[in-house]
Amino acid sequence: MKLVKIVFKNVFRHRLRTVLTMLGIATAVMAFGLIRTIVGAWNAGVAASSANRMITRHSVSFIFPLPLPYRQQLLRVPGVTAVSWANWFGGVYGDPNDFKNFWPRLAIDPETFFDLYPEFQVPPDQLAAFKKERNACIIGRKLAQQHGFKIGDAITMEGDIFPGRWEWVVRGIYTGRDQTVDETQMFFQWNYLYEQVQQREPGRPVEAGWYILRVQPPDAMPQVTKTVDEQFLNSRAPTKTESEKAFQQGFVQMSSAIITSLQVISIVIVGIILLVLANTIVMAVRERTREYAVLKTLGFSARHLVVFIFGESLLIAVSGGVLGLALTYPMVAGFGKALPTFFPVINVAPLTVVLALGAAVIAGLAAALFPATRVVRTSIVTGLRMVG
Amino acid sequence: MTRIPFSYIWRSLWARRLTTALTLGGLALVVFVFAGVLMLARGLEATLVETGSPDNAIVLRRSAGSELVSQIDRGTASVLETQPDVAPAKDGRPLLSREVVVVINLYKKQTNGMSNISVRGVSPQAFELRPSFRITAGRPFQFGTHEVVVGRNIANRFKGVAVGAELSFGGDRWAVVGIADAGGTGFDSEIWGDADQLMQAFGRPVYSSVTFRLRDPGQFEALKARLQADPRSQSLEVKREQDFYREQSQAMANFIKILGIVVTTIFSVGAMIGAMITMYAAVSNRVVEVGALRALGFRRRSVLAAFLVESVLLAVVGGLAGVGLAALLSFARVSTINFTSFAEIGFGFALGPGVIARALIFALVMGLIGGFLPAVRAARLNIVNALRAS
Repeated sequence: MKLVKIVFKNVFRHRLRTVLTMLGIATAVMAFGLIRTIVGAWNAGVAASSANRMITRHSVSFIFPLPLPYRQQLLRVPGVTAVSWANWFGGVYGDPNDFKNFWPRLAIDPETFFDLYPEFQVPPDQLAAFKKERNACIIGRKLAQQHGFKIGDAITMEGDIFPGRWEWVVRGIYTGRDQTVDETQMFFQWNYLYEQVQQREPGRPVEAGWYILRVQPPDAMPQVTKTVDEQFLNSRAPTKTESEKAFQQGFVQMSSAIITSLQVISIVIVGIILLVLANTIVMAVRERTREYAVLKTLGFSARHLVVFIFGESLLIAVSGGVLGLALTYPMVAGFGKALPTFFPVINVAPLTVVLALGAAVIAGLAAALFPATRVVRTSIVTGLRMVG
Repeated sequence: MTRIPFSYIWRSLWARRLTTALTLGGLALVVFVFAGVLMLARGLEATLVETGSPDNAIVLRRSAGSELVSQIDRGTASVLETQPDVAPAKDGRPLLSREVVVVINLYKKQTNGMSNISVRGVSPQAFELRPSFRITAGRPFQFGTHEVVVGRNIANRFKGVAVGAELSFGGDRWAVVGIADAGGTGFDSEIWGDADQLMQAFGRPVYSSVTFRLRDPGQFEALKARLQADPRSQSLEVKREQDFYREQSQAMANFIKILGIVVTTIFSVGAMIGAMITMYAAVSNRVVEVGALRALGFRRRSVLAAFLVESVLLAVVGGLAGVGLAALLSFARVSTINFTSFAEIGFGFALGPGVIARALIFALVMGLIGGFLPAVRAARLNIVNALRAS
């Protein structure tokens, strides 16, 4: 017990230095937490994907549409219990350089889409109103908040893939079933897109961007992939069918370079924590060289001294780590607000908490290693002779 | 005012080598990350800006942010061909390329991850229009056939892409007959083939964009006004090619910058605290020394300056080390999807004088802020008490 008391006394001997070190570690742990959370947010689409949904898209790439009659053929595939489809609309809203003005806009089949995506919760009366009106749209809660859109408001934008001026009326606002659901999307009736393009650009085909399949039981997925893709292999539009998770992962992988660099940075952070802490411990031990020699003379063994040094290092590291974690939450919230469209879903994962504290503990141990060995090796006489 | 000799500062740092080294290491790592982020954003911008030529103009459909979503029908493309501002090619025809851009999926060699690759269908004049695009292996593709040449980034990074190989997309097989080096521009990350063949294969009756050489780049504004007034081309938008590609890099480069600046700002707080710890320790270890200096007649200002210089020296050396480390990144190449064009783009970390200057100023500021409070404490020491301290 007395040994613990010595550790505490030592920690607060240089109050300013200890506080500064803790703050240094706290900022680094906060950066670590933030970066891990950003990487997590990047994977949010993968994490939120449903286990029983599959996506069928054109095998060449996502930008090529699939013929409409595929729907009936897909419904006949064993294991497929429901089919819906959607198109990417794109479009330019307001100033295109403002990140806030970019959010996903999808043309969807009003009858089937929300059945396949139960995580987008729309009040039944709003859904009914949406289905009744051709140019109605349903938007996410966060999107509505960011732009102050209310039910009955009109949203207009310039089309790019589908040129011209487009206007919708907000008829519903969906909320996510839980916090992993992206609440920044906008859905409108696919029929509206189809009819408008027929009018504006006669002769331009409008097909389905991709199909969404509900597969029951989920074990049937590999078989569904095989059946569907073989069926369309030699047609005008060959398909690629994969689980929603794999589909989302495909997008994440395309920007894997950014994720890799973020991961490298998070390792660099652990290095910085280590350096700041090691510096403090080295200085503390250096100043106390004579003291340690006296303790040795009094009969304290090398083991005791090692416990003092490691205890001090760990105590500072862990307090700094806890403080840093506490700061991570407001930081993440602020960051999510600054870049809402890049990170519609941003939450601190439990694993991040564990890893951040783990990094602090490892740094605490590593920082004490070198000074501790030095103290153990220094003979009493050399220690006593030392001039500060 | 008498200044404290520089050798005093230098020797003080040397006396506590381990602490000095640890502080330097921390500062160097922070500057490394800071410089790395700037280099990445600059590399992306440089790659895309160099893709465009100041003498070329590109025409897309109005409000189309990228070639992928733009559509120009054949009739409208012909209107452009007859404009007097289009420079003639060597054979006397207009130096103009009608192009179609689609993306296909290929798999990376290293990670087996899938990515979007731009496939650009071009007119025969495209090679004269973009002299940077040179075939380095194999031969150019023949117009009228299902042959393609691939940029070197694609050939290096993706599976099944080599001279003699076949790619299958658009319901057909395409023979890879050559590898192109486009001098570090965005074309290094593209596949080129015959526009007409590709349009037919993909069932796309319209072009994506039209690019041409300006007879007189100074007349660009006049051309722009004339195209806007002409009812046949009102749905189009003409841009200088270089401006177009700069816009293509904007969203991604801004994203890298915002992310990088947030992260490095947090880091720099950590590094400043590190410098502060070191400098406070330096002051408290040298109380008697400071007393002696003051007794010798050095003024408070000189003591303040000496400690500040010590801190700045630490920061600048740390900063140089960080920039040196970051310079090694120039050898690395990265590729990622560009949000705007929705296609893979390969680029490097580009170190330039601007990046070096900003990284060093950043280090300098960290040193000044980190060293200021400890230096003030040293300067305020009372001579008698300081000399008495043990």
